[in-house]
Amino acid sequence: MNRILAIIERDLRMFKRSPALIFASLMLPLVQLVVLGYAFGGNIKHLKVGVVDQDHGLEAVKLGNKLNAIEATAQTFTTQPYHDLHTALTDLRNGRLNGVINIPPNFTRDVLAQADPQIGLAVDNTDNFTAGTLESSLANLVNDYYKNGITPRVAPTIALQTVELYGYTPYIQYFLPAAIALSIFITAMIGGGIMYIDDKARGVHEGYLVTPIGKTELILGFTLSGAIKGVMAGVILMVFGTLIAGIPDPLDPWRLAKMFMVIVPTSIAFISMMFLMMVRTDDPLVPRSIFGVLNTLLFFPSGAIYPINAFPSWMHWIAIVDPFTYAIHGFKALLLKNTGFAAITGDITFLVVFSLIMMVSATALFRRTF
Amino acid sequence: MNDIEVENITKKFGDFTAVDAVSFTVAHGEVFGLLGPNGAGKSTLIRMMTTLLTPTSGSVRVNGFDVVESPNEVRKSIGVIPQAMTSDLTLSAEENMWIFARLYGVPGEKRKRIIGELLEAVQLSDWAKKPVRTFSGGMRRRLEIARGLVHEPKIFFLDEPTTGLDPVSRVAVWEMIDRLKRERDLTVLVTTHYMDEADKLCNRVAIVDHGKLVALDSPMKLKASIPGNNTLEVSFSHVPPGWLDTLKGLPDVAAVTPSDNVFRITTNNGPLTTVKLFEAAREAHAEVASLSVQSTTLDDVFVYYTGRQLRDAVDEHAVYDISHIYGRR
Ligand SMILES: Nc1ncnc2c1ncn2[C@@H]1O[C@H](COP(=O)(O)OP(=O)(O)OP(=O)(O)O)[C@@H](O)[C@H]1O
Ligand SMILES: [Mg+2]
Repeated sequence: MNRILAIIERDLRMFKRSPALIFASLMLPLVQLVVLGYAFGGNIKHLKVGVVDQDHGLEAVKLGNKLNAIEATAQTFTTQPYHDLHTALTDLRNGRLNGVINIPPNFTRDVLAQADPQIGLAVDNTDNFTAGTLESSLANLVNDYYKNGITPRVAPTIALQTVELYGYTPYIQYFLPAAIALSIFITAMIGGGIMYIDDKARGVHEGYLVTPIGKTELILGFTLSGAIKGVMAGVILMVFGTLIAGIPDPLDPWRLAKMFMVIVPTSIAFISMMFLMMVRTDDPLVPRSIFGVLNTLLFFPSGAIYPINAFPSWMHWIAIVDPFTYAIHGFKALLLKNTGFAAITGDITFLVVFSLIMMVSATALFRRTF
Repeated sequence: MNDIEVENITKKFGDFTAVDAVSFTVAHGEVFGLLGPNGAGKSTLIRMMTTLLTPTSGSVRVNGFDVVESPNEVRKSIGVIPQAMTSDLTLSAEENMWIFARLYGVPGEKRKRIIGELLEAVQLSDWAKKPVRTFSGGMRRRLEIARGLVHEPKIFFLDEPTTGLDPVSRVAVWEMIDRLKRERDLTVLVTTHYMDEADKLCNRVAIVDHGKLVALDSPMKLKASIPGNNTLEVSFSHVPPGWLDTLKGLPDVAAVTPSDNVFRITTNNGPLTTVKLFEAAREAHAEVASLSVQSTTLDDVFVYYTGRQLRDAVDEHAVYDISHIYGRR
């Protein structure tokens, strides 16, 4: 026991002297939280739309007014009149416009005659997000149009009544659980991977191995000191993250306690996974080179930034064995839905079992003598 | 019972034999030196004696315990200073020692006293609270020597404690080892490739080359064991035909080793050989370009037993090392 504490104390003292590790581990998740949170979360605005009026009739003017109204209020797009369709389409192709609305020559007549009036919309669909936004915005407009006196020939489709269980979740809040898990992962990567291998290469471990310390004591010492650092990173990110993302009632003590109960096994899971990977490695380049691969392979399939349900089945399998999945699921339940303990017991159980498997395997593979 | 008994140990890494059937014993209280160039197998030998490596064959007993069968008993009896400096730079001298005292299970009440004593012994008391980052190489070495003794071991292994230090620090480190040895009744096994150090400080010396033990005795006996008691290093303006045989034929000459333009002549009578050498050179119309006369050193012993100068052996190894890095054909 004393020996385990000696290893933990050494690591934590070194950590206290140069806390760069904690900043390094918090930097990426915080930056991602803020940048991705706002980059994905906001409404698309100020798209440039060319309007070609070939009709010049009354209804075309009315339509123009409606477009101007959207321009002035929602600011989804700004319109720009064109005299001929060809120039407008050329500008669209050249990227000077995001879309072109074409009002055909017989529009007013068709509206008055109720003869299936049509408006054309050309979009640059290499960018799905802008194209989608323009299409839906214009669809609304056409709908309005119908309501104002024109009966569409096709009966309107049955409107879907959606019930929203929770208030609207801004993307920055959706991403916060992922950011917390990421900070723990990076701590494990740097503290458990890179620093562990560097110590080994420097001969520090040889120094330990000539003392009467046991194999299990060593693994426990390394794992626990790594886990403590992971917990610190996770807790700091949780506190700042909930404030930045504007989670309601950020300092609710009962929720913080439940968060802590997920953060601890998450840290142990990541660090013990790291040790299993590093236990037979000597080359300081290895942890550095697998950093990116591992991050992509485990972080993205976990439902961190996009729902798991959208994944192909091979990615589903990664999600099933990936500690990120359970950590993020647990954090989401607590932060976004403020659920009770029952919602996170499954996640905690997986993380604990996962950690045990990793630690037992690492101990089995660890060689005290060569 | 001897403190260290090495019997016929061999260590292979794949096909490569790093240590080849080496045997020796070290008695209690001895300072035993392992000499050899880079790659000779010194660290591999120490790693086997300190339980880090398992011998491929043969046996090692340290303090009466077999390194394979009761490694923990061995670990408790020994202090080890590895070749690489491993103290933690951001921690203070005291903290570095504290951690190791706990790893060795030194009881709480004793820790503080021993750490104080040892830091005093290596003259680092004033630096106890300073981070190791601010230490010179020699100070770090001294700290590691103190660290290796926190659990009051009987047997002390030091792998190249003076490599990379300037001559003044080297002397300081050796003095410290010597004093600690006497004060604490230690048996010391130390490796080095500085022959002069080994000559002055070791009771007995083993010369290792290519994993094999090539000579083992006290420095004095080793020097006496090779023919000649003086060494002449001489070079000439040009080398006349049959010159090597002429040199070998000079009175009292025991051996002549040519290397490039320099001839290394061992002789039982330095002054006489020198006079005759000048006469022979005049007759052959060659001029003596440089000449030095020394008494036999361990370097000569090394040359005699391995057929190479230590520095040649080192260079050769360096070339080998580079080819290893860039991939051998
Ligand atoms: N783990 C290993 N795997 C393969 N080869 C090794 C290993 N350890 C040592 N060797 C080889 O064994 C030989 C002896 O190495 P060793 O480190 O014992 O030499 P040394 O005498 O201590 O040299 P130095 O003065 O450079 O410390 C070297 O050629 C080295 O490349
Ligand atoms: Mg060595």
